[in-house]
Amino acid sequence: MPQITTPSLIIDELKGIYVCEFTSSRILDETNIKEIGDALSKLVDGRESPRILLDFLNVDHLSSAALGMLINVNNRVKQRKGQLRLCKIRPQILEVFAITKLNRLFKILPTREEAMQSFTTH
Amino acid sequence: MRFTISSDFACSREVQQKVMAEVEKHNYCDAARFAIKLALEEAIVNAIKHGNQLDPAKKVIIEANVTDQQTLLTVEDEGAGFERESVPDPRDPENLFKASGRGILLIESYMNQVTWSKHGRRLTMCRRNEPDAPAPRPT
Repeated sequence: MPQITTPSLIIDELKGIYVCEFTSSRILDETNIKEIGDALSKLVDGRESPRILLDFLNVDHLSSAALGMLINVNNRVKQRKGQLRLCKIRPQILEVFAITKLNRLFKILPTREEAMQSFTTH
Repeated sequence: MRFTISSDFACSREVQQKVMAEVEKHNYCDAARFAIKLALEEAIVNAIKHGNQLDPAKKVIIEANVTDQQTLLTVEDEGAGFERESVPDPRDPENLFKASGRGILLIESYMNQVTWSKHGRRLTMCRRNEPDAPAPRPT
């Protein structure tokens, strides 16, 4: 699959895993969040067992609406019996996940390598 | 600083930028800046979306008093109001998969003082300019 670029994401396929890197530092406003949600949904819908990795290296702010979008993506991935991983989340952002207890819902790994290795094959 | 905006996210973005520019002028620490930005975003979105129900005829009033020591913010909408106690805890296992309902938790976690008045239509919140200011963590 050739690289897909949206205003807020760069998506590559590596070993059957969609690696999505956020390019904007702030996942805050509705338009931005909808665009990301739509792009990620396209990777999930119509696919069996999609495997998606979200790289948060560039993200330094995100809102509860962004968390909602991630939960929706996670729910869709689960419906398709797929796997979602999050990686490279900065400590300040990680705290947001911890406060909301979403660190229990999402599989979060420190590095991209660890996240890639954590995917299982069916 | 006092702003009256219609229920429009583009207008709210401008207000947030102006308030955060004021915070920058006062050399806030990173943790306090992060907290104020997040709480202000959540408060205005709640006021527009849940308070005013996206009705462009209804206004949101935002007040900000920024000093070197602390930032005091109020956000008031023209909606029906709500009872804080009636909002479910998004951390409960039955709510963890729900996509909404985390804004208030984040506001109350990141700000040092949070008060709801006028039947929930007016939110007053304060954040001190201290890196390790213990934010209240509601249980």
